[in-house]
Amino acid sequence: MKTVELAIVGAGPAGLCAAISAASMGSNVVIIDRCKDIGGQLIKQTHMFFGSEKQYASRRGIDIPNILLDELKQYEEKIEIITDATVLAIYEDKVMTILQGENYFKIKPEAIIVATGASERVLAFPNNDLPGIYGAGAVQTLMNVYGVKPGDRVVMVGAGNIGLIVSYQMIQAGVEIVAVLDAAPTIGGYLVHASKLARLDVPILTGHSIKEATGTESLEKIIAWKLDEKWQGIEGTEIELEVDVACISVGLTPLSELLSQAGCEMKYVPELGGVVPLIDQNLETTVNNIFVAGDVSGIEEASSAMVEGYIAGLYAGKKLGYSLLDFDELVDDYKMQLNDLRSGHHGDRIRNGINKIMRGEEKC
Amino acid sequence: MLEKTGIVTRDRLDSKINELLSSPKRKGAILECYEEIPCNPCSTSCPTNAIIIKPDINAKPEIDYEKCTACGICVYNCPGLAILVLDMNYSESKVLFKISYELLPIPNNGDIVKGISRSGKEICDVEVVKVINGNKQDHTSLISVAVPKEHFKEFVTIKVGV
Repeated sequence: MKTVELAIVGAGPAGLCAAISAASMGSNVVIIDRCKDIGGQLIKQTHMFFGSEKQYASRRGIDIPNILLDELKQYEEKIEIITDATVLAIYEDKVMTILQGENYFKIKPEAIIVATGASERVLAFPNNDLPGIYGAGAVQTLMNVYGVKPGDRVVMVGAGNIGLIVSYQMIQAGVEIVAVLDAAPTIGGYLVHASKLARLDVPILTGHSIKEATGTESLEKIIAWKLDEKWQGIEGTEIELEVDVACISVGLTPLSELLSQAGCEMKYVPELGGVVPLIDQNLETTVNNIFVAGDVSGIEEASSAMVEGYIAGLYAGKKLGYSLLDFDELVDDYKMQLNDLRSGHHGDRIRNGINKIMRGEEKC
Repeated sequence: MLEKTGIVTRDRLDSKINELLSSPKRKGAILECYEEIPCNPCSTSCPTNAIIIKPDINAKPEIDYEKCTACGICVYNCPGLAILVLDMNYSESKVLFKISYELLPIPNNGDIVKGISRSGKEICDVEVVKVINGNKQDHTSLISVAVPKEHFKEFVTIKVGV
């Protein structure tokens, strides 16, 4: 069985940044990703990023994997990337089992950074299994990775950033957005994204959700209705939307199963999107030498995932015995960036959530 | 209401526009950023440091119209496509806007296209004066549009083709 210094699970924004900073300290790194492409969700994010220059603001998500891979190139001899491979389990002795096609193998890392990201939530309503009902991420993959138009007339459910951004990208692909619904009384995503849709004549209906879907072979109609203040549908307020696609974007939930299975102490924290590990300020879990970065420990933006990746990579490198002259300055700068990214009102939830999982002294 | 529909209310917009109108040059960027979000490319891309975001990147941007040259660099660098440049002095009957545009087809110089309001309604015909879509714009075209003066408070974007 191959022994490695640091294994990183996930080659998305968090995993790639973790690899850069760990390798910059001298650590040998193996990155494992279940997809063929490097970059996680970045590879379909055709929009410009928010944040500051340090998190590649104003650059498009699709261009960021190459920027990060270029950075990784300077540590080429220290980095191995295994794609199309799923990490199946992490055992108590840190043995990691991996399935790549038909090939099943094990590695034994000294330290692990889990950067598996998140998966989309589903919404329960009658006939939600009709063909034509997609998660927003699936639609984005179809369009922006494979160049396939998802349909002609779409209703988007969810006015968070993903729902708003994917709606805009569908319009760019020539798809008509009939409406964006959101159960909440106000828009959850950035208002600038909502205004981009409003000026393209897309109605955003807050306080609305899906009552049911109808169709024989595939989706033909979405019946939406208004919700009362207890988020219950109000009879008599139904509207019929003739659509061939309904796109569900009602939030993400951390892909934290590997951490549970590795024995990390976990907690259900609604503000962070689901079951997440307890962590300390160095992003280490309750299991020695298992670190986390990105959405796996709480749903946020890719910009914070990248910064968390850099931090986890530095601390993992340190635990492996490596050092950097400017280690403290780097860590301080990254922590300040995280603080900035989380300090606005959109960061309220995440700050509350992190306070519930942070061990030790330092809280947000 | 902006928070429910994505359409800004008249008073919030007017306070932005009036700030520009009361400046001596009567031209410059209108930053339609009404919410605190962690974002600062408008400020860092500005070659004359006319846009300030402080104390941290969540603050709403403030603009100094004495320093703003109406160049339009912030327009295509804004990830929210929330910035317009307005020049009130373009001609007797028209004002000039610089807008960001990310849809196809990209119009050509001289095209007459529809001017569109913040609620997505067609308001008038407008003339495309200049289209810049190079590497720096990175697929967000910077388009100059001449708009009849009476519509300058409604105009926000264009509709090309049918």
